[in-house]
Amino acid sequence: MGKILTISPDKCTNCRSCELACSFNKIGEFNPRESAVNVLFYEEAAISVPIMCMQCEDPACAKVCPVGAFSRDKNGAVVSNPKKCIVCKLCVSACPMGNISVSAVTRKIVKCNLCGGDPYCAKVCPSGAIKYEEATTSNISKKKIIAEKFKDLFAEVQK
Amino acid sequence: MYGWMGKIIRVNLTSGTISTEPLNLQDAKLYVGARGLGTKIYMNEVDPKVDPLSPDNKMIFITGPLTGTLAACAGRYEVVAKAPLTGTIGACNSGGHFGPELKFAGYDGIIFEGKSAKPVYLYINDDVIELRDASHLWGKEVPATTEAVIKETNEEFKVACIGPAGEKLVLFAVIMNDKNRAAGRSGLGAVMGSKNLKAVAVRGTKSIQVAQPKEFLASCLKSKQMMKDNPVTGAGLPAYGTQILVNILNQSGAHPTRNWQHSYYDKADDISGETLTKKYLVRNRGCFDCSIGCGRVTKIERSQFSNFGEGPEYEAGWSFGSDCDNNNLQAVCEANFLCNEIGMDPITMGATIACAMELYEQGYITEKDIGMKLPFGDANAVVKLTKMTGYREGFGDQLALGSYRMAEQYGHAELSMSVKKQEMPAYDGRTMQGIGLEYATSNRGGCHVRGYMTSPEILGIPVKMDPMVTEGKAAMLKTFQDLTAVVDSVGMCLFTTFALGLPEIAEMFRTCTGLNYTDEEVLRIGERIWNIEKIFNLKNGFSKKDDTLPPRLLNEPVAEGPAKGMVNKLDVMLPEYYQLRGWDQEGVPTEAKKKELGIV
Repeated sequence: MGKILTISPDKCTNCRSCELACSFNKIGEFNPRESAVNVLFYEEAAISVPIMCMQCEDPACAKVCPVGAFSRDKNGAVVSNPKKCIVCKLCVSACPMGNISVSAVTRKIVKCNLCGGDPYCAKVCPSGAIKYEEATTSNISKKKIIAEKFKDLFAEVQK
Repeated sequence: MYGWMGKIIRVNLTSGTISTEPLNLQDAKLYVGARGLGTKIYMNEVDPKVDPLSPDNKMIFITGPLTGTLAACAGRYEVVAKAPLTGTIGACNSGGHFGPELKFAGYDGIIFEGKSAKPVYLYINDDVIELRDASHLWGKEVPATTEAVIKETNEEFKVACIGPAGEKLVLFAVIMNDKNRAAGRSGLGAVMGSKNLKAVAVRGTKSIQVAQPKEFLASCLKSKQMMKDNPVTGAGLPAYGTQILVNILNQSGAHPTRNWQHSYYDKADDISGETLTKKYLVRNRGCFDCSIGCGRVTKIERSQFSNFGEGPEYEAGWSFGSDCDNNNLQAVCEANFLCNEIGMDPITMGATIACAMELYEQGYITEKDIGMKLPFGDANAVVKLTKMTGYREGFGDQLALGSYRMAEQYGHAELSMSVKKQEMPAYDGRTMQGIGLEYATSNRGGCHVRGYMTSPEILGIPVKMDPMVTEGKAAMLKTFQDLTAVVDSVGMCLFTTFALGLPEIAEMFRTCTGLNYTDEEVLRIGERIWNIEKIFNLKNGFSKKDDTLPPRLLNEPVAEGPAKGMVNKLDVMLPEYYQLRGWDQEGVPTEAKKKELGIV
């Protein structure tokens, strides 16, 4: 299993540098509305959540594509071949998480391609809210948080 | 066009007409954007003697060429108008998300002229620009106004607005954007209120292009890395916010207390960044494209209003805290929240209450004048008077004038800790000689963000200078003032200068705009901006006698701590400063200097 993008909303400061970096890497211009990652801000909870394509193992975009433009690249990214893509936009509707859109600048689909293995969103994220890491590592770190709670609980009981 | 969007909106509020015009690129090349270009446009169009609250005053919202790009902390815009509190040029910048959104809508700035007959707000949705009725919003506080505007547009809109304080012409009212970010000093919110302009709402879908994409990206990433590696921007500010300065300044004996009667606060840790983090911090919040996240989302228990808010940052924590001898952090937070909600500058607010407390202590004002007792340390009074000021109720109507005018009415203007009628912030100019010179020479009155001498004098950035000596301070201040004018004008946050220097900032500016200026030429832009601001103030009647400090800083020695016995030696530093600036002995830019800078 290769690396995946992971998100930690508790660390996100809503700076949206990821949106800028993404759009710049895709179209060479700064425009959050051309970005494949978006930060959603929940004021009441004081939480911001970066949302981007998770590169599904069973991608709806690829299934619905009438011309078979999608394939998986060596980094595990589900990518669309612009030579095949006819911009029918069915994938925009098919994605259950809203992670595909159409660029108003290029008139092509906007989808995360993991920037060829060095995703800019993770690169510019100042707080570690977006990381590009081994899938297993991320799971272990979350398991550790739970494990530590158990440790504290049982240590307390043993006293 | 690279960096700039190339278009300015002009709104005549008297006639209700809206037009767009091309950006004057000739001026932009000399004055860049935001603070610099805004001031230049303003000076081209407005008589310096204008009454700040009359329809003849104009108000300009303007971004910089780096605003909305990936340059370090490049999310800022500036509001420029003649300031009601000081009578100087008023230029205030703010972060959040509003400034970048204005650029994404396709505009560098907005010029407001005249006065609307009824409350309105400006609606900008890419190419659609309208003045809309705001009668139903008038009287509403900042959060309610922002939410109402978003509800009747959509959630993609970014909103800048005034609260009741701006409507009621409180002389230190602010313009708030994204609810918690402020174009904060010298009363520009009252200018907006005087024009019956309640809010500006903007949404945009356009792109910002840069001249050399590859090189620009490289310079942005390099700057971001430097910000991450720097102990102030990479560790201190993210962990504790600007309130980290409380203990640092207090230990240096430079933390003004009880309206500057003392320079050390024995209860400072009760209101420090460390305590705030422990007791009330919910989360850090960054402005657009910010790698620091010094903003604090905090939560306190309140009987009315939202429990959530932002801040306080260092100056607000000080003004409502140490300056009022108030170590009740909950009350400090609440007063700060009220300022955000009603739309006021917390530095002037807290310092004005502190001044009233000293007037009361000395017996110059009485319980009858105020309607309550007002001893130092009264946390309830701090909160109560803040609210009364925003709504101009009772004694709040006096406080709404700021400390100078308020104290003057009771015959003791000398107890106002202000320069050019604007309150000095939380750094003692006796312990720190350089910051004293900065207050005296700042083009918008008492202010710390026009040349932050705390960096060299306390933090050792870029070099450590002994705060108590006068040698070398004028030269360092001049460089800081000029560099700050550049940072403010490109659209970056001043906090980047803890980690970045002129070479990094100039490189991002060059590769963004394609203007091939040397580093020296970029710094020269800052000097040019500083000089036109000065010229504006001179034309308006300011002179050398106004480049001074309150008598307390010049005559009353520091009472305790490492700087015990010190006063500010302004008479030593000011002539040297004028000379280094190429100004005559009266502080007037010479013809030769103006020619050298290309000022016509």
